[in-house]
Amino acid sequence: MAVAPRKNPEATPEKVHVWPYLVRLEFMCAIIVILGLTVWSIMIDAPLEEAANPTKTPNPSKAPWYFLGLQDILVYFDPWFAGVVAPVLIIVGLMLIPYLDVNPKGNGYYTYTERKVAIWVYLFGFLVLWIALIIMGVFLRGPGWNLFMPWQYWDPHKVVALVSVDLPYAFGVRSYNMAMLFGGVVVCGYFAVGTAAYFFMERKAIKSVGLMRMFIKIQLILIMIGIVIKIVLRLAFNIKYVWVTPWFNV
Amino acid sequence: MAKVKSGEIFKDISKQITESQVWTSTFRHGYADTPRNRVLQIASNVWLHLHPVKMHRHALRIKFTWCMGGITFLLFLSTIVTGVILMFYYRPVGEYAYYDMKYLQYDVPFGMLMRNMHRWAAHAMVITVWLHMFRVFLTGSYKPPREFNWVIGVFLVTFTLLLSFTGYLLPWDQLAMWAVTVGTNMARATPFLGHEGPFAEYVGVTPRYDARSVLIGGSLVGPPALLRFYVLHCIFIPLVAGGLMIVHFWRIRKDGGISGPL
Repeated sequence: MAVAPRKNPEATPEKVHVWPYLVRLEFMCAIIVILGLTVWSIMIDAPLEEAANPTKTPNPSKAPWYFLGLQDILVYFDPWFAGVVAPVLIIVGLMLIPYLDVNPKGNGYYTYTERKVAIWVYLFGFLVLWIALIIMGVFLRGPGWNLFMPWQYWDPHKVVALVSVDLPYAFGVRSYNMAMLFGGVVVCGYFAVGTAAYFFMERKAIKSVGLMRMFIKIQLILIMIGIVIKIVLRLAFNIKYVWVTPWFNV
Repeated sequence: MAKVKSGEIFKDISKQITESQVWTSTFRHGYADTPRNRVLQIASNVWLHLHPVKMHRHALRIKFTWCMGGITFLLFLSTIVTGVILMFYYRPVGEYAYYDMKYLQYDVPFGMLMRNMHRWAAHAMVITVWLHMFRVFLTGSYKPPREFNWVIGVFLVTFTLLLSFTGYLLPWDQLAMWAVTVGTNMARATPFLGHEGPFAEYVGVTPRYDARSVLIGGSLVGPPALLRFYVLHCIFIPLVAGGLMIVHFWRIRKDGGISGPL
């Protein structure tokens, strides 16, 4: 088992009785939380709209707020990727963290300098891909799932120019089969180049980290970055899909 | 007639009570603040015995844990208490569900408060469980020997979201129905298992018989979905999540208490 270095060797861990030291803390914390929850519940009522009506679809239809990040990436990907593959990747990717991150440092204390990459990757996934998309889904997505600024009126008849095209088309590729090939080269090239560059940069670490571990780690990171690239391509350059095939669109 | 001091009478009475069979069979130790009693308070109490009797001082620092794991569990307990109260008034049936909500809000004493507390505690739980996970990540607490408990934690995060999501349908109003329609529509696109997903034609799934219809008991969010989500929300997921929580808390002790600098 890897052992983290002592942060402060003089601070010998001193043991205290759980009763009363921890139990009284827990008790005080519980009182504060329950009080806060009660005051909050007295002041703000849970929403209740009109009775469910299968013939009247609201626009926009939004999932519960904590799933709006996933609902938002439906704009950019096929539903089977946004709704099924992405959640599975998130859950499995999170479970893999302890097995992919073999840095023994930073075990049980706050440190930024000893694990910069790990912290940046997590912040990227948590704040950019999860929280930022939720904020966007809650506040900026209006009727027709169009983007509205907070000061804009939610116009259900907002006219959106249909200018989005697929990436191969933007590069002048007009034939269907050539577009499929072009998209395939771009997407596979992105993963190949990313993987190769990472292995080149970390070639000294291959022995200690392990080939398989490194490979899985970089694939997960490339997928995370790829989602953001896709969002930027769509919002800034009106690129609908990068790779269009009869079976899936990416 | 001998004069008896009132203090001695009380002492006598309290001695008779605390030495009675009923008392000694109920309370297994005294309350005097002795090291032995401090240990017994924890070790002999069914509610407290998941704690160790002694712990490292650093683990008491609020700045280290932000109390987020404990608060998440407390909010879970709050939803159980308020949820069971709501269950006395609510029927998961298409014809009744919405009107039971109205009844709860306007006629049941403290019904609105119970509903508010249930809903806000659930939403708060979603936030605190994310913050708990964030803290555990920042302190590297998933590192050996705690990898397995991190995996259990990821399951618990998932089940927290599913608990909240299944509860979202129960008010049976427009917000509930369409939010769940959007959420479960994704299951239609599951590869192999959903009728709109890739490779569906090779498996032969249909709108009436695929991953989504199993979840909601039909091809649309209707009364069968309400019943399924009710059972998932009130029985199935709480049982699974509760079991995982027992493992989660037990593993904290088996892995050497909460993490800290070695």
